[in-house]
Amino acid sequence: MEASLAGANPRVRAAPALRLWDLSKTFGGQKALDNASLTVAQGEVHGLLGQNGSGKSTLIKVLAGFHAPDQGSRLEIGGVDVALPLAPGAFRKHRMSFVHQHLGLIPSLTVLENLSLGRLAERDAWAINWPAERRAAKRLFAGYDIDLDPDARVADIPAVERALLAIVRAIAEMSGDGGAGAGLLVLDEPTPFLPKRDVDRLFQLIRTFVAKGVSVIFVSHDVDEVMEITDRATVLRDGKVAATIETGAATKSDFIEAIVGRKLAPATPPAPPSARGPSHAMVHNLSGGTIEGFSLDLAAGEVVGVTGLIGSGYDEIPYLIYGAREARGGTLDIGGQGVKLSEIKPRDAIRHGVVLVPADRANAGVIGPLPVADNVTMPTLASRFRRWMLSRRAMIAEAAEMARRFEVRPADPAMNMASLSGGNQQKVVLAKWLQMAPKLILLDEPTQGVDIGARQTVFRHIAGAASAGAAVLCASSDYEQLAAICSRVLIFASGRVVATLEGDEISKEAIAERSLAGAGSRA
Amino acid sequence: MTDSAPTHGAAQIERVAHKPIVYRLEQFGLIIVWFLLIAVFGYLKPDTFLTWSNLSTILGSQAVLVVVTLGLIIPLTANDFDLSIAFVMTLSSMLIAVLNVNHGIGIGWAVIAALALGLAIGLINGLLITVFRIHSLIVTLGTGTFLHGLTLWLSDSMTISGISSSLINAVIVDRLFGVPLEFYYAIGLAALVWYVLEYTALGRRILFVGRGREVARLSGINTDRVRVGCLAASGLFGALAGVLYAGTQGAADPVSGVTYQLPAFAAAFLGSTCIAPGRFNPWGATVAVYFLVTGITGLVFLGFSSFIQEMFYGGALVVAVTLSQLVRGRQEQQF
Repeated sequence: MEASLAGANPRVRAAPALRLWDLSKTFGGQKALDNASLTVAQGEVHGLLGQNGSGKSTLIKVLAGFHAPDQGSRLEIGGVDVALPLAPGAFRKHRMSFVHQHLGLIPSLTVLENLSLGRLAERDAWAINWPAERRAAKRLFAGYDIDLDPDARVADIPAVERALLAIVRAIAEMSGDGGAGAGLLVLDEPTPFLPKRDVDRLFQLIRTFVAKGVSVIFVSHDVDEVMEITDRATVLRDGKVAATIETGAATKSDFIEAIVGRKLAPATPPAPPSARGPSHAMVHNLSGGTIEGFSLDLAAGEVVGVTGLIGSGYDEIPYLIYGAREARGGTLDIGGQGVKLSEIKPRDAIRHGVVLVPADRANAGVIGPLPVADNVTMPTLASRFRRWMLSRRAMIAEAAEMARRFEVRPADPAMNMASLSGGNQQKVVLAKWLQMAPKLILLDEPTQGVDIGARQTVFRHIAGAASAGAAVLCASSDYEQLAAICSRVLIFASGRVVATLEGDEISKEAIAERSLAGAGSRA
Repeated sequence: MTDSAPTHGAAQIERVAHKPIVYRLEQFGLIIVWFLLIAVFGYLKPDTFLTWSNLSTILGSQAVLVVVTLGLIIPLTANDFDLSIAFVMTLSSMLIAVLNVNHGIGIGWAVIAALALGLAIGLINGLLITVFRIHSLIVTLGTGTFLHGLTLWLSDSMTISGISSSLINAVIVDRLFGVPLEFYYAIGLAALVWYVLEYTALGRRILFVGRGREVARLSGINTDRVRVGCLAASGLFGALAGVLYAGTQGAADPVSGVTYQLPAFAAAFLGSTCIAPGRFNPWGATVAVYFLVTGITGLVFLGFSSFIQEMFYGGALVVAVTLSQLVRGRQEQQF
């Protein structure tokens, strides 16, 4: 499957639009990119694929000037050597333009204001002629056959039009005067939240640009989309180029194989699928956000993983059950009581023995400017009020003890949370919630941004809580982690479970394969 | 992904390692500067400035500002602003004057009515902020200005004097160790706020809501209730300050109380740089009030006219916020 690199492709006539090679990037001793390369021909749509952590986003960030690559990395744009690292924003000079997943639009402003955002951020403008701007915007949209009202608020237009707006803006900025010309458009996962027919509209737009000579890098998790729109694709795995594929000559399984690799299962075997005990916590018919009619029966001691591609909705489940996000309907049966999920609030969830470890540690997990002791004792404060005052000394002693048990380093409860590393912060968050002896533990990306050592500690404590009788639901896009800790893995697409893996069936590769395949069933 | 995190963490650890000396300096810096200020003015004007009657007057009369500042730091700890507190104070003192002087209602009942009004205004502020999700700055700016108008209407824009002497006696005439009783009231309230913020679960919850609202919510704290409670408390403190103001002046005037708003903010922020650096705290706030007043009184004794007051308070607010940013290590301001 290791197809040859640039040169063999007949489409590469002139100098390639972009050529990156010998590209490496080391983060704290770990190679995120290892001698990777990427060649995009003029007028080509080039796919960039790979699992999380494969180096895709690092590569894009090198181009955008966020990351400085290691010495020896090389870049050519239109056949001209360009010195690395690129300064932030220097990509504009090289006629590149980026559309990231979150599109970079300000929802409360109008379409027209958003359109001029980048231009006004960069250059001074006096006496802006809004009527003329409005006419230019209308011309621009009409040129691409897009029906957008320049005065509509971005928050009020459909998701697909937002994506179209972001892309048209990127093209307009690249060519300066509103007309498209040659250049390189980088689309970094613009589609995950769009239904199929909207993706088609987006692809139509991309084809229009390509016809005018624009080259495109299309970053995606979704193999079907890559197969539909790209001419060629580069697949990254563990920071290296796993394959460069001629899309027309490849099958879907070629792609999946290249993405997942053929390495054998990792050393950690999945937890034994001990005969599932009696029901301990039961989610019935949960709907909310992307999720539709999700039901799950959890036994005590069971660790169940939920996953899927980005946008499939699996990562909303912990928040919906916990009441951190409002659900449309569904019930949770726990400890012999039924709870309506459309009415549940975090404090009710806690009362019923449900705890949540959120993925967004900085904003939802810890309070950085407060000490470890305050963070860890937060949910149990009321029980610490002895006689007339909180016993600060007892709290600090208890926090120190917890910090020791969870191997927090340094184990100083008076230290500010912000000065701990990500891994140690996560240990504190776990300690905070596991002290409540919960019945149901909801985890979202429990080891995101956590170093290897801390990861093992986190896994051990999750396993410990499970064997003490809790049920665990873990949402994660880290397939290796799911394979390491779960006895059951549910795979989502478009808000519904499309596959279930159990016991021996679970492996990093199997999860990846089902997730990638699941995208095909998107409505 | 996390390339910048380790270096940031290292810098933070280094900061913490230096804690003993730097931290002590931060903690007591303002007090040291305050004593220096007293010493300088005392040296320059020993006959007027450094007299017991002057010092006791300062301690007594500024108790009103201390109470306003204490009220302010409660919602500030929960990361909400109360721009209406000084207007609550003037309205409260005016209500006492109108009820007691114009309608002959007993002073006790007048005080109770004023406190109830303050509490109600605070509740309304809190509900507007949490139910409609409006920023506290906007809500309290609006209600404050509204209350100012209400005060002018109620008083016909006139000062009303002749408030019952029992209130005046209890506030400023009666003294303990030569200092008017109102000073001790203010200190008592500071102790109360300190106790609640520092030693009760409620106080910790307020702090959690202020510093990490989403974390607090996910930890099961009813963040809306905490915020409403804080604004109700600041309304009550505003009304209490109005009671002291009415007692201090023996009268209520509809405008001069308004000049307490900015000094209270200046003192709250300046106070957050000392005693417990980086946090709004009642003892720091109390020290800051007296520091600011000492500076102004001293400068007036040296011959500056009263314009110096505005310059000093305004300048102090900016300096205080700058200092508190330095204390916090220049993190993004949260509010």
